[in-house]
Amino acid sequence: MTPADLLGAVILAALVAYALLAGADFGGGIWDLLAAGPRRAEQRALVEHAIGPIWEANHVWLILVVVVLFTGFPLAFAAVSTTLFTPLVLLLVGIVLRGAAFTFRAYDDRGDRVQARWGLVFSGSSVLAPLLLGVIVGALASGRLRVAPDGTPLSAPLAALSPFTAATGLFACALFAFLAATYLAVEAGGALRDDFRARALLGGVVVFLTAVVAAALSRSEAPVVFHGLTGRRWSLPLHAATAVAAVGAFAALLGRRFRLARLAAAAQAALIVLGWGASQYPYLVVTDVTLASASGPRATQVALLVALAAGALTLFPSLYLLFRVFKGERPFSVVDRRPARRA
Amino acid sequence: MTDLTAARWLFGTSLAFHIVFAAVGVAMPLFMVLAEWRWRRTGAEVHLDLARRWAKGTAILFAVGAVSGTVISFELGLLWPRFMAFAGPIIGMPFSLEGFAFFAEAIFLGIYLYGWERVGPRLHLASGVAVAASGALSAFFVTLANAWMNSPAGFELVHGRATSVEPLQAMFPPGWAHEVIHVLLSSYVATGFAVAGIHAFFLRRTPASAFHRAALAIALGVGGAAALLQPLSGDLSARQVAETQPVKLAALEGHFETRRGAPLHIGGLPDAERRTTPFALEIPRGLSLLAFHDPDAVVKGLDDFPRDTWPDTLLVHLAFQLMVGLGSILAALSLAAAVLAWRGRAVPTQRRFLGAVVAAGPLGFLALEAGWLVTEWGRQPFTVRGVLRTADAVTPVRHLALPFLGFVALYLFLAVMVAILLWRQIAHAGPAPAHAAAAGASP
Repeated sequence: MTPADLLGAVILAALVAYALLAGADFGGGIWDLLAAGPRRAEQRALVEHAIGPIWEANHVWLILVVVVLFTGFPLAFAAVSTTLFTPLVLLLVGIVLRGAAFTFRAYDDRGDRVQARWGLVFSGSSVLAPLLLGVIVGALASGRLRVAPDGTPLSAPLAALSPFTAATGLFACALFAFLAATYLAVEAGGALRDDFRARALLGGVVVFLTAVVAAALSRSEAPVVFHGLTGRRWSLPLHAATAVAAVGAFAALLGRRFRLARLAAAAQAALIVLGWGASQYPYLVVTDVTLASASGPRATQVALLVALAAGALTLFPSLYLLFRVFKGERPFSVVDRRPARRA
Repeated sequence: MTDLTAARWLFGTSLAFHIVFAAVGVAMPLFMVLAEWRWRRTGAEVHLDLARRWAKGTAILFAVGAVSGTVISFELGLLWPRFMAFAGPIIGMPFSLEGFAFFAEAIFLGIYLYGWERVGPRLHLASGVAVAASGALSAFFVTLANAWMNSPAGFELVHGRATSVEPLQAMFPPGWAHEVIHVLLSSYVATGFAVAGIHAFFLRRTPASAFHRAALAIALGVGGAAALLQPLSGDLSARQVAETQPVKLAALEGHFETRRGAPLHIGGLPDAERRTTPFALEIPRGLSLLAFHDPDAVVKGLDDFPRDTWPDTLLVHLAFQLMVGLGSILAALSLAAAVLAWRGRAVPTQRRFLGAVVAAGPLGFLALEAGWLVTEWGRQPFTVRGVLRTADAVTPVRHLALPFLGFVALYLFLAVMVAILLWRQIAHAGPAPAHAAAAGASP
C-alpha cells in the first residue's frame, strides 16, 4: 500500500459517499420530475422535505474528490479536465441549476407559476447531472480517452460519447432514482409510502436492465473494466455480494421492510461503485493514467492523508449530528420498529 | 477572442460572481447569529424575526455560492490544467482543509436553517456560530492558496518542475497574513454595508420600524468596525507587497522610476509607453512613507524590471485607486456613524445619515471586486509569480468563447433571479413584521 493507493481508496470512498448521499438527492429530483398520480404534490413536498437540509453537505463529497485528485494526482486532474472538457462543463451547468433552482423554489414560497418553473429546472437538471456523471465514469473506464504523458489530450473532444457511456449515464440515473425511492419510502407515511415503494421496485428493474446493457457493451467498449469485473479473484464474490444486496433490497421492499430495503439498496450501490473502482485499478483514466503515473510528490500525498484523517475527525461527528436531527432518532437503523412519520 | 483571453474572461467572470456570494457566506452567518443571540438574551421578538429572515437570505445566497464555488474548483482544471498539474500538490493542502471547512459550513447551516423547531436553543445557536466560524475558515484557506500564487514558496524549481515540495511551508508563504486579514475584513465590510444599505432604505420609509433598526445596528456595527480596521490592514498589505511583490506595488502606484523619497500618485492615468503617470496629484515622499514608513526609503519602479513582466499598469492603478477611494469613503462613514451612535446612545437614524448609508450600500462590494482585480491583474503576466506565465497555464482545449458566453448568460440569469428573490423576501417583510416570525417558520 503506497500513499497513492491510500489516496485512491479515499477518492473511491468519497465517491461511494457521494453516490449514496448526493446521488439520492439527484434521484429525488428525478422523482420530482416523474411525480404523478393523485399524490403528485405530496410526492414533491416529501422530496423537498427530505433533501432540503442535507443536499449542500452531500454535495461537498464531490468537492472533496476534486480537491484530493488535484492535490494527490495533479496529472490525472489535468488529463481528466482536458479530455472530458465538454461533459464536465455540462455537468457543472446541471449542478449549478439544480442547486440554485431547488433553493429558489424552496424559499420563494408563493406557490405560483414561477415556483412551478423552478421546479421544472430543478428536476430537469437533476436528470442532467447524474446522466453526465455516468457518462464521465463510463468514459474514464472505456479506454477511449487518450492522454500524452504530460497530460495533453490526444483523443477527440467528443471521445466520451459512445453507446457504452450513454448506457452508463442512464444506469447512473436509474441507480440514483432507485436509491432515492428506497430512502423516501422510509421517510414517507401512508399511501405516499406505497407510491415510493412502487417507484423503488420500478427503479430496481430499470437498474437491472441498464446494468445488463452496460455490462454487455463493456465487453467490446471497455475491455479493461470488463476484464476486471470478470477475471479477477474477487470478481465472483463481488458480483455475488451485489446480487445478494439487490435481491435483498427487492425482497425487503416486497415485504415492506423499508429500513432493511434502504440498507440493502445502499449496499448494492456502494458495491457497484467499489466494483467499478476496483476493476479499473490502478488506472485513473484507462489506460493512459495510473495512480502512480499521475502522482504528485510523496511529501504532499502523506501530508494530505494526515489532513484527511484530521478532517474526518470533525466531519463524521458533524455528519452524524445532521442526519440524527433530520432523519429521526435512529437515522441509520435497519429495523422498522415504529413507523417513522416525519413528513 | 483568443482562447487565452476567453479562458481569462471565463475564470474572471466566475470568480467575480462567486466572490460576492463567498463574502456573504463569511459575514452573513455572523449577522444572523448575533441577531439570534440578542433575541435569546433580551427576548425581543424583532431579533428572532431578524435572525429568521437573515437566515433565509443566507440560505439563498449560500446555495448560489456553493454551486458557483463548485464551478471554480472544476474550472481550475478545465481552464488552467497546466497550472494545476504544476501547483496542485503545492497548494492542495489549503484547498483540502477548505473542503472540510465547507463541509462544516454546509452541515451546520442545514441544522441552523431547518432546525429551529428540532434542536435545543444552545445547539441551534452553536450551529450558527459553527457556520460563521467555518465560513471565515474557508475564506482563510482559499486566500492562503492565492497568497501562494502571489509569493510562491515551499518548493524548488528544477527544469520547470516542482521538486522538494514542502506542503506546510507552501501553505504559509511570505505575506499570507496580510492578505488573509484584508480579505476577511473586506467580507464583513462589503456584506455589512450592503445589508445596512437595504435596511436603511426601508428605515427611511418607516422610521419607527424596530425590525430595521435592529438590523441596521448589527450590520452597520460589524461592517463599520471592519471598515475602520481595514485601512490599518491596508497599510500592512502595502508594506508587505512592497517587500515581496515590488512589481505589483510599482504598478498599482503608477510608479515607473526607482527613487529615494518616492512620491505618491493619487488619481492619474499611468502611461506605460511614456513611463509617466500624468493627471495625478503627487504627494512628495508619500509612497516611500506609506510603503516603508520612511520618507527617504528607496521604492523600486517598474523600470527596474523587464518590460515583459509588467502587469497592465493602467488597469491595476485604476482598480487600486477605486479600492482605496471606496474604502476611505466607507471608513469615513463608519466614523460618522460611530460618533452619531455615541452621541445618541443608539443606532443613528437621521434621514441624511440613512441616505448616505443607502448610497454606500454597493460600495463595499465594488471595493472588494476592485481589490481582487488589483491582486490578480497586478500579478499578470504570471499565474504563479515569476514561475508560471498565464499563457503557459491555459488549457489546450479550443473554442473557449463558447463556454464563456454560456456561463456569462448563466451567471446573469442567476444574478437577476437572486436579486428578484431577495427583493421579494424583503418586500414581504412589510413595515412592522413583529408577529411574522411564526409565518416565516422553517420551510
